[in-house]
Amino acid sequence: MGRSSKVIERDEVVVRFSGDSGDGMQLTGTLFSNTSAVFGNDISTFPDYPAEIRAPQGTIGGVSGFQVHFGHTEVYTPGDYADVLVAMNPAALRANSKWVKPGGTIIMDVDSFDDRNLEKAGYQTDDPITEDKLGDYNIIKAPITELTKISLKDMGLDKKSILRSKNMYALGLVYWLFDRPLEHTKEFIKKKFAKNPIVVEANLKVLKEGYDYGVIIQAVTPSFHINPASIKKGKYRNLNGNVAVAWGLIAAAQKASLELFLGSYPITPATEILQELSARKDLGVKVFQAEDEIAGICTAIGASFAGDLAVTTTSGPGLALKGEAIGLAIIAELPLVIVNVQRGGPSTGLPTKTEQSDLMQALYGRNGESPCVVIAASSPINCFEYAFYAAKIAVEHMTPVILLTDGFLANGTQPWKIPDLKDYPTIKPKRVAEDKKDTWMPYHRDPESLVRSWVPIGTPDLMHRIGGLEKDENTGGVSYDAMSHQKMVDYRQNKIKKIEDHIIEQDVLGTPESDLLVVGWGGTFGHLFTAVEELEEEGVGVALAHFNYINPLPRNTYDILKRYKKIVVCELNLGQFVNYLRMNFPDIDYKQFNKVQGLPFTVVEIKDHVKKLLEE
Amino acid sequence: MSEHCELKYTDFKSDLSVRWCPGCGDHAILNAVQKAMANLKVLPHEVAVISGIGCSSRFPYYMNTYGFHTIHGRAAAVASGVKVANPNLHVWQITGDGDALAIGGNHFIHLIRRNIDINVILFNNQIYGLTKGQYSPTSKRGFISKTSPFGTVEDPFRPGELALGARSQFFARTVDKELKLSIEVMQEAAKHKGTSIVEVLQNCVIYNDKTHEAITDKKHKADRTIVLHHGEKMVFGANKDKGLVLDGMDIKAVTIGEDGYTLEDILVHDAESYHVSMHRKLANMDYPELPVALGVIRSVEGLSYDQSVELQLKEVQAQTNISSFEELVNAGDVWEVK
Repeated sequence: MGRSSKVIERDEVVVRFSGDSGDGMQLTGTLFSNTSAVFGNDISTFPDYPAEIRAPQGTIGGVSGFQVHFGHTEVYTPGDYADVLVAMNPAALRANSKWVKPGGTIIMDVDSFDDRNLEKAGYQTDDPITEDKLGDYNIIKAPITELTKISLKDMGLDKKSILRSKNMYALGLVYWLFDRPLEHTKEFIKKKFAKNPIVVEANLKVLKEGYDYGVIIQAVTPSFHINPASIKKGKYRNLNGNVAVAWGLIAAAQKASLELFLGSYPITPATEILQELSARKDLGVKVFQAEDEIAGICTAIGASFAGDLAVTTTSGPGLALKGEAIGLAIIAELPLVIVNVQRGGPSTGLPTKTEQSDLMQALYGRNGESPCVVIAASSPINCFEYAFYAAKIAVEHMTPVILLTDGFLANGTQPWKIPDLKDYPTIKPKRVAEDKKDTWMPYHRDPESLVRSWVPIGTPDLMHRIGGLEKDENTGGVSYDAMSHQKMVDYRQNKIKKIEDHIIEQDVLGTPESDLLVVGWGGTFGHLFTAVEELEEEGVGVALAHFNYINPLPRNTYDILKRYKKIVVCELNLGQFVNYLRMNFPDIDYKQFNKVQGLPFTVVEIKDHVKKLLEE
Repeated sequence: MSEHCELKYTDFKSDLSVRWCPGCGDHAILNAVQKAMANLKVLPHEVAVISGIGCSSRFPYYMNTYGFHTIHGRAAAVASGVKVANPNLHVWQITGDGDALAIGGNHFIHLIRRNIDINVILFNNQIYGLTKGQYSPTSKRGFISKTSPFGTVEDPFRPGELALGARSQFFARTVDKELKLSIEVMQEAAKHKGTSIVEVLQNCVIYNDKTHEAITDKKHKADRTIVLHHGEKMVFGANKDKGLVLDGMDIKAVTIGEDGYTLEDILVHDAESYHVSMHRKLANMDYPELPVALGVIRSVEGLSYDQSVELQLKEVQAQTNISSFEELVNAGDVWEVK
């Protein structure tokens, strides 16, 4: 389409949609993201919504946002600051204007900027632009509510339904701004409201008129142009971290030829995994919504003894409640996957915000010497991989595995190249060979891996008893013998340590030969990697070691760490991973960069910190 | 249930020596469970015995079946996972008044509400034995123990009332030393599809000796207990001359032939009635006002949770378009980069 306005060529752009939590901003953002992904951009998204389901209308507490970062190059984060902000009301502007790049574009629904809403948002005057010092910004004052009303006035819709459609008007306008086709969204609307043709018609009409409004104002408004990225051939879909975990577990069950069992209790931000797996009865997944977190894990432990691939999912407070039962799975040596979607703590903390502060809890939050495997996913889509490998390790090494994700990964999305399961390894439970049945004992171990066999209840001739009491090293019968206890503690510890032979070595990204190593783990990968890449472009090459395997650590961890003059460990807590490294490799000097605000790092603050360190 | 030609109760005995105190009621309960299983002809490898913590919870070690001695209060949850994962197994939960009704109270009521096909043997000795003598949630008000040296100031749970309040479809009561009754009740519990609660009045010979003696000793038990049988008159007493009648809304014990009461007036036990009010009255009967009810008090057929899970899986799978991982990941909003 020919454009008479100024077109800004960009490699990447960040758009933030924001409005009242009832304004449909999550859907609007998702539709925009999917359109951009189909168009061929690489994308990364993050929703930001209040813990309250419907906070008072028009207040800052009720603002719901959805940020999408898309580009012609690869994109690893949802972006720090937005190029374009859509603010459906004054509260949305007030809450988000500080997240807009200087000189950025702000689309406002001017109709909602009345005295009442301005006051609710905390503005002192009727001029929020001046009040928020947005004079240098490109402000598009669009009468979105009014134009939506006019557009739909003769369709026989009630007032509420008309107002509900205004998000599609805003979306149409943003599509114009980025020169995006409407087809994908049109198809979505037709499918979603198939039972209600008048709603389909209304939404399609305002979407188109929103787009046309852009055409009308184009003389005064620059638009953006972002070319498609060069992306690997294949089939794609958008996926968030929670669904990726659910699907990774389904894939693992298939590759292990086991039934999948989930015992879980709803908790933000992990609930979606429970919901997704509950819907997967079509694939035979058994989901037990338990009466509490403890029953969630205990039913999973029972299912594991019965021979299922057993999983429990939770967030920080729930992990605390599961501690004793994790110890039971450790001493019984049963496979179990515990997914902990971290959120801000302590206690109830910040349920909808992200943090990495459950690391120590995952590593040590139990009574006794109770080692278990801890691994951390580092992007929304690699939650699939790490859920798969968490299950593989649990089953093949007869141990609980804690998979750490976080609110940021759980809710963020990326395009996911649909994998072929043929490319994934088979998962092989250790069974008792037919000719070994006569001499088998429940706690006999493989001499190399120290792994015992898994004999599901119901197997003829191999009846045995397990439990939480310390046991004899062969029969598994109760033993309080001093040396036997020492031996069993050592076995359990060494069994986990030996898993390092079965995981990939740690890699170093960025400029490996630099003097400075940035260290991170889990969900901060996108921000750290982007910062390291941008620094490299600016001529400041630094190295990045980003960890996914926490316990055991990759075998080459120490070799990497000792190569660098300066190491800075960046994490969203007060220094849990850095202290773990200090404990494991005490002769190395570590600096740390920590943030505990319930928010991800920004790329800018990481870059600034690294530059400062380099000058020291 | 699986058939097996010849099973003796010794087939269910493990080779571990039993380490409960001599004279403990648990020995007899173990014996009854093993005999019931042999009579039921279940195969030892298809049986899972799951326990929590407490004296009674050592039980699985003594069974030549699959067994799991779990953590305090959580046996019901672990057992639920076992049964749902593999509904073909025969799952028994062994628990005590502390394990099931204090620390595990939440799991106890939810197990019952869901009606998962698990047989729960609740050893009720009204004391914490393994920690050496503290009062439990079934200890009577005023009970003196190490943690209630001046008597408790709280009322106990009545396990039957609690179970029925949680919508129990099967509740029975027996006494540790009444082997024949225990075997009979446990067989009924095993046959019932759904959660079966069997309260065993059990004696702790060390910390709460003779706690049930008033009703269980040989001299008095006929007059102070009543063994209920479905479809039979509620008659009791050494001479079978006593019975239960309804007096207004309440149950009353009468002597047949006195005060104008004849056998005709005596109530007939209907364990299979869906209505719970009579079962609650029977379960709550207590000496000295009334005889304590033994036997199967309630046994109502209904769909168990584990059956419902299997049915729903089949139903969904019959209708779905998604029958493999590949179909799942390719359904919905998918695009191709060429």
